[in-house]
Amino acid sequence: MSFDAAYFDLGRLDRLSYGETVMHRLDPRAKVIATGLFLVTVVSFPKYDVAGLVPFLLFPVLAAALGDIPIGFILRKVLIVSPFAVFVGIFNPLLDTRTVAVVAGLPVSAGWLSFASILAKFALTVSAALLLVATTSFPGVCHALRRLGCPAIFVSQLLFLYRYLFVLAEEAMRIVRARNLRSFGGRGRGASVFARLVGILLIRTLDRAERIYRAMLSRGFAGDLPTLRNSRAGSGDLAFAAATAILLGVFRFLPVTEGIGRFAQGLWS
Amino acid sequence: MHMADALLSPAVGVTLWAGSAAVGGYASRKLRDRIDDRLIPLMGVLGAFIFAAQMINFTIPGTGSSGHLGGGMILAVLLGPHAAFLTIASVLTVQALFFADGGLLALGCNIWNLGIYPCYLVYPLVYRPLAGEGRRPGRILIASVLSAVIALQLGAFSVVLETVLSGRSELPFGAFVLLMQPIHLAIGLVEGFVTAGIIGYVASARPEILESVAAARPVSAGVPLAKVLTVFALLTLFTGGALSWFASTHPDGLEWAIERVTGRGELPEAEQGVAAALKGFQEKTAFLPDYGFKPAEGESTAPEAAAPAWPGVAAGTSASGVTGAVIVLALVGLIGLGVRFAGRRDSDSTP
Amino acid sequence: MSHHIIDFRDVRFRYPDGTEALKGISFRITHGESVGIVGANGAGKSTLLQHMNGCLLPSAGEVTIGDLQLTAGTRREIRRKVGVIFQNPDDQLFMPTVFDDVAFGPLNLGMDEAHVRERVESALSRVNGLALRNKPPHHLSAGQKSAVAIAAVMAMEPDILAMDEPAAYLDPRSRRLLIELLKTFRHSKLVASHDLDLILDVCERCIVIRDGRVAADGPSAELLTDGALLEENHLELPLSLQRR
Repeated sequence: MSFDAAYFDLGRLDRLSYGETVMHRLDPRAKVIATGLFLVTVVSFPKYDVAGLVPFLLFPVLAAALGDIPIGFILRKVLIVSPFAVFVGIFNPLLDTRTVAVVAGLPVSAGWLSFASILAKFALTVSAALLLVATTSFPGVCHALRRLGCPAIFVSQLLFLYRYLFVLAEEAMRIVRARNLRSFGGRGRGASVFARLVGILLIRTLDRAERIYRAMLSRGFAGDLPTLRNSRAGSGDLAFAAATAILLGVFRFLPVTEGIGRFAQGLWS
Repeated sequence: MHMADALLSPAVGVTLWAGSAAVGGYASRKLRDRIDDRLIPLMGVLGAFIFAAQMINFTIPGTGSSGHLGGGMILAVLLGPHAAFLTIASVLTVQALFFADGGLLALGCNIWNLGIYPCYLVYPLVYRPLAGEGRRPGRILIASVLSAVIALQLGAFSVVLETVLSGRSELPFGAFVLLMQPIHLAIGLVEGFVTAGIIGYVASARPEILESVAAARPVSAGVPLAKVLTVFALLTLFTGGALSWFASTHPDGLEWAIERVTGRGELPEAEQGVAAALKGFQEKTAFLPDYGFKPAEGESTAPEAAAPAWPGVAAGTSASGVTGAVIVLALVGLIGLGVRFAGRRDSDSTP
Repeated sequence: MSHHIIDFRDVRFRYPDGTEALKGISFRITHGESVGIVGANGAGKSTLLQHMNGCLLPSAGEVTIGDLQLTAGTRREIRRKVGVIFQNPDDQLFMPTVFDDVAFGPLNLGMDEAHVRERVESALSRVNGLALRNKPPHHLSAGQKSAVAIAAVMAMEPDILAMDEPAAYLDPRSRRLLIELLKTFRHSKLVASHDLDLILDVCERCIVIRDGRVAADGPSAELLTDGALLEENHLELPLSLQRR
């Protein structure tokens, strides 16, 4: 992805994350826990199970709909990061060619099943991660982490990273544009120029860190970052978490897809 | 390369999460005791710097392909092991959350692969001894290149291990290793050179900056060798042991999945061949310390056992699993559209 | 009322790399005065400002703020009285939301949550920034960031306010709002700036710094209309006084 595109995508997801929908208002801890359970459940499906994964689509679809997050945006990001998983997964149908079923006259090998399973898991897990930030905001997730036991120094540092991410990305973008304007063909884009540019960025970053520290001291910083605003989890949040856990359990341990399929087949005959 | 959730089993994912979290807790405690206040904004801002630097690509001479900075080594050099580990962990966290680069479950693996090796192994054991005081560009170059290469080799190898032990991919261990290691050797070389270049530039342009950053680190920035090796050995044993216990006899569920797809309660006799193949297959996925991993040539038995087309399934019979999947997809889609539509109607009607 | 007096006595400062930025600065500012610090680039304005709250300590000479002489030990106490607003607002807004940034100072002063909220609300409303309270800083415009940075310092209710190029990133309207705001601040003010029109509007007294020393110290109306003096110091007449 080009620099500009990556930067603006970042900005878009960030802006979406400050929405005011019912999804956004849920307690961040509930969402973090729900996402964690979702991921472990999805990933726990055995290698060849594809049908069982289908109902899990309900979660990202519902979260995106309730949170007003454009599905196309999520799908595109899923596609962009898929190369590694596809690259590794594609070996499955190539290596595992035992035919295990015939569907609509076409033989299906076990390898294709496991590949489909990988792709389904990939789509589910990636969209879950994106939707977590998209409906919670990064600082929200950080506060949730802190209250779930993450060390304070790590969380403070995450928040600083997030705060200055856009600032530094913009500085880097300016440097890159300047380089691109003055490089022709392949010249000027090599590693040694890169090292120098990044060196400049690093110096500016270190100077900036010094100025930030100075500003912090000037407002009384003495080593501990003060925190306010400990929101309480309401009954709605608990209900959300419980409902998610139950639904996850149902989808994981009961053959929902087959059941619906059999039911439909029964209706037909 | 970042590990993905889809290739992980819960056992591997959770184990490495636990390992990374434990080290993260350890690093946090170490820092909390002796931290210089200025390290807090510094770590965060340097994390943002790595992120921004990763957005800039450069062409690699001779190949024409583009490269990026990983950043693990340069953070370790600037911040020392504990602070660098936390910073790397935070960069990976942001990548997982914002770019979905590397999953959230795989975050534990990625923090381990890209954080532990550079900070706690390579930096104290390779970089510092070689670079010495850090004044001579020649020594910095050698130290950087060697450190980057080793760290990336270890990281890449860990990805292979994690994937194979998870059992979701068919890639045999040997082939995977042959794929990953050479690529990461090249990446490591480039990273090492670039890291040395950056450090060299800063050292020549603003030498006092590196010194003041070093002064902000906890006093004993080095990690005693014996301690590192012991901890690392213990962690490896723990990880390996836990993983093998989980992976050894866990059936891959092929039989069960076949049944669900075809809707048949019993397996007809003709799949004797397949059952035999299944058993052989299971043996091969079992992790036995003296056995090693599935040898590449082992795969040749699988195609032999590929049974003829599934008997008993009449053409045109749709399996209940497939039917069900289609219906569920449609239902989910309808629910989603319905909710969105309802949401829009609400916002239209509110003043 | 001695606790609001700013007293610099022959202050010298040398940077670690050897540059002598201040070569003997002396002046006295009493309670309620508004003083502009002007001078060419590199004259020592920013260095001087950083001595106001102990970000830098003098190499020689004395800085006394109120009853306290500035040392490494007293600077924490001094920071409770002196609010410094630096040039780049991005460097001063480092918390996840505007509210958190403005609350940072009061929380560090040890105030309880209810009082902190009060301070934040009143500081933000003074800069017309209440609507911004839940926004992350990187969603703000430059003018908004400057306003919030000022609110963040004012929330500590300092007795003395020191500013480095406060209008640098502002469009004309925001700049005008800032000038109005500064006029409402009754305590001592120190404003370092190239913007001589702003100094003329806000500060009744002006100190000209050249080459690390005080070149002139007097009423702004006199100094900033003295063309010759200004030219000696690489400055020009304020734009509003120049004939087109």
